[in-house]
Amino acid sequence: MYSHHVGAELFRFPDLRTLMARATPLRSGDQLAGLAAATDVERVAAQAALADLPLKTFLSEVVVPYDTDEVTRLIIDTHDSAAFAPVSHMTVGDFRDWLLSDAADSAALAALAPGLTPEMVAAVSKLCRTQDLILIASKCRVVTKFRNTLGLEKRLATRLQPNHPTDDLRGIAASTFDGLMYGSGDAVIGINPATDNLHATVELLHLLDEVIQEYAIPTQSCVLSHVTNTMAAIEEGAPVDLTFQSIAGTEAANTSFGITLDLLTEGHEATQSLKRGTVGQNCMYFETGQGSCLSADAHHGVDQQTLEARAYAVARKYQPLLVNTVVGFIGPEYLYDGRQIIRAGLEDHFCGKLLGVPMGCDICYTNHAEADQNDMDVLLTLLGAAGINYIMGIPGADDVMLSYQTTSFHDALYARRVLGLRPAPEFEEWLDRMGLMAADGAFTPASQPPAALSQRLSLLEAQ
Amino acid sequence: MTDPTDLTDPAALRRREDPWSGLRRHTSARIALGRTGVSLSTARNLEFQMAHAQARTAVHTPLDLDALEADLGEPLLRVASRAPDRAAYLQRPDWGRRLDANSVARLEAVRPATAPDVALVLADGLSSLATQQSAPGFLRAFRPLLAEAGLSVAPLVVATQGRVAVGDEIAAILGAKLVVMMIGERPGLSAADSLGLYLTWAPKVGRTDADRNCISNIRPGGQSYEDAAYRAAWLTREAFKLQLSGVGLKDRTVTVDASAQVEG
Repeated sequence: MYSHHVGAELFRFPDLRTLMARATPLRSGDQLAGLAAATDVERVAAQAALADLPLKTFLSEVVVPYDTDEVTRLIIDTHDSAAFAPVSHMTVGDFRDWLLSDAADSAALAALAPGLTPEMVAAVSKLCRTQDLILIASKCRVVTKFRNTLGLEKRLATRLQPNHPTDDLRGIAASTFDGLMYGSGDAVIGINPATDNLHATVELLHLLDEVIQEYAIPTQSCVLSHVTNTMAAIEEGAPVDLTFQSIAGTEAANTSFGITLDLLTEGHEATQSLKRGTVGQNCMYFETGQGSCLSADAHHGVDQQTLEARAYAVARKYQPLLVNTVVGFIGPEYLYDGRQIIRAGLEDHFCGKLLGVPMGCDICYTNHAEADQNDMDVLLTLLGAAGINYIMGIPGADDVMLSYQTTSFHDALYARRVLGLRPAPEFEEWLDRMGLMAADGAFTPASQPPAALSQRLSLLEAQ
Repeated sequence: MTDPTDLTDPAALRRREDPWSGLRRHTSARIALGRTGVSLSTARNLEFQMAHAQARTAVHTPLDLDALEADLGEPLLRVASRAPDRAAYLQRPDWGRRLDANSVARLEAVRPATAPDVALVLADGLSSLATQQSAPGFLRAFRPLLAEAGLSVAPLVVATQGRVAVGDEIAAILGAKLVVMMIGERPGLSAADSLGLYLTWAPKVGRTDADRNCISNIRPGGQSYEDAAYRAAWLTREAFKLQLSGVGLKDRTVTVDASAQVEG
């Protein structure tokens, strides 16, 4: 039982998960689940009670039962108490103050990450204003490597996402070319296939591998299919750089995705055995998003932001190259409008980075949400300031396969110019060498395809 | 050629595209948009705004059931989810996944004496336009394949304010072994009319996405009705063979028509 007095009124919260839910800034998904605070005063009362809570509480009281949830077992069983020691005496409120202090520098935060649980970082995020979420996250460095180095300071990478409604190889090649001309693709060239057809997945993997090999692009490819599909593709000898999977913060939600931690371990081991990385072997790519547990009716009465943070505990077990929250994809029943999407994107990045996860964000919305490209501009700018590892790059911000809007190649260049953010170093050097974009800090794409690319372009145009 | 940003004639800038605009015939994606500095031109920006405004309109247009019935040329069993209107539908997916009480009674009254193999269910989903436009064409291609496989089919049902899972409840009441749900996918800017197909073995309330196989982007200019029907029939036969659907059932079809359709 937790409580807080506001004048003569006493607010009671029967357990930790209820306290966390009531303390969460308002969003439609928590209202849908019947978990949101009834009034603004109740919300702040919950935040005040949460601020007084010792961080240690999260090691003894769990929000999802240990016995029936393997994600909870993962969180508790792998907690690093030595790493936790420097903050183990603090309350959640003290922890926020410490995170904002100059003592919490990049080295201290990196050392602390294994000592933090998702519930701890979710709790402190609920006490943070927008600027706190940005300032604290900007001090976190999570660097990962495969064929290039991602997550370095003042770097912003992009996933080139050349999706096509029918997986037409020429259409995908056309969008890939467009993206490369705009300097996109250092995080990954990653396709969401239109179907979960194995034959199509293998074909797409070969297409991307050929492009990457032919031009010696220091990047990696991925076809974002179910982990079991990718494992089947590996068995068929397909060139798999990264294995993708959508993940969530409860065992039941993961079951609805058709996965378990053991299955992810199998996928991770199969991918690692290929040893296709050149500068590192981080070979997993995970996507998440607030609301996925509730959507699968697997939320256990826990608010969606806390459950999202638990998904990052799943992710970090596999030392992924890339993790991103697809923040506005799920729809208005979970994040109603631009304001809620912006807050959620900043929270997710903050929580992931504190846990040591290489966070990117699909800054996005759907046409049935109360949001538009202006909201995405705001979130892009804020996440750029917060030091996000990567964002999406799509022709004209319009995904013609998944039917939603995200950030465009142009948008990434805007963020680079305004915030001075460079591509991954190996990729930047390649762009310069290929004549696609000079490494002069102006981030201006070439107006004409360089000679090395023009032959393939002519062939593609003639097809 | 000159740098696209180095133009003194504003009209030329409006017309300006990247030199690889010829690639557009391979995709409906917004490629070769050109740029001013690193940003979009006014004309390109307005195109996007207009497409977004039109997609928002598509979300809120109701399904015309009489017209759909006329196009199908067969009677439709009309049922409704528990979401009373569009606003409720958008905010309460749980209501959209369940039938209202009247609809349950209506379906129970027509439950076939012999359990049908397959239930076919249509729903508006997030784009009634998709269902309106593509469900008749898809069914014309799909029904003969079901007949060829010797599978019996329950009376055709249409659910309004429906989500994918409402098909499970409908099929369970009808006693079907498998449900094929045809539903409007959420509208995008370039395609506000994509029909999605969800196959679920042993449908009942509580089935999850892991239990389903999906075929998406069925529309003119996307996946053709014939292609989708071929894949759906293949998955249906496999589901009956393996007695399951979802992640345990892999779509191992090879594309029927190697020259997949592209935008003109």
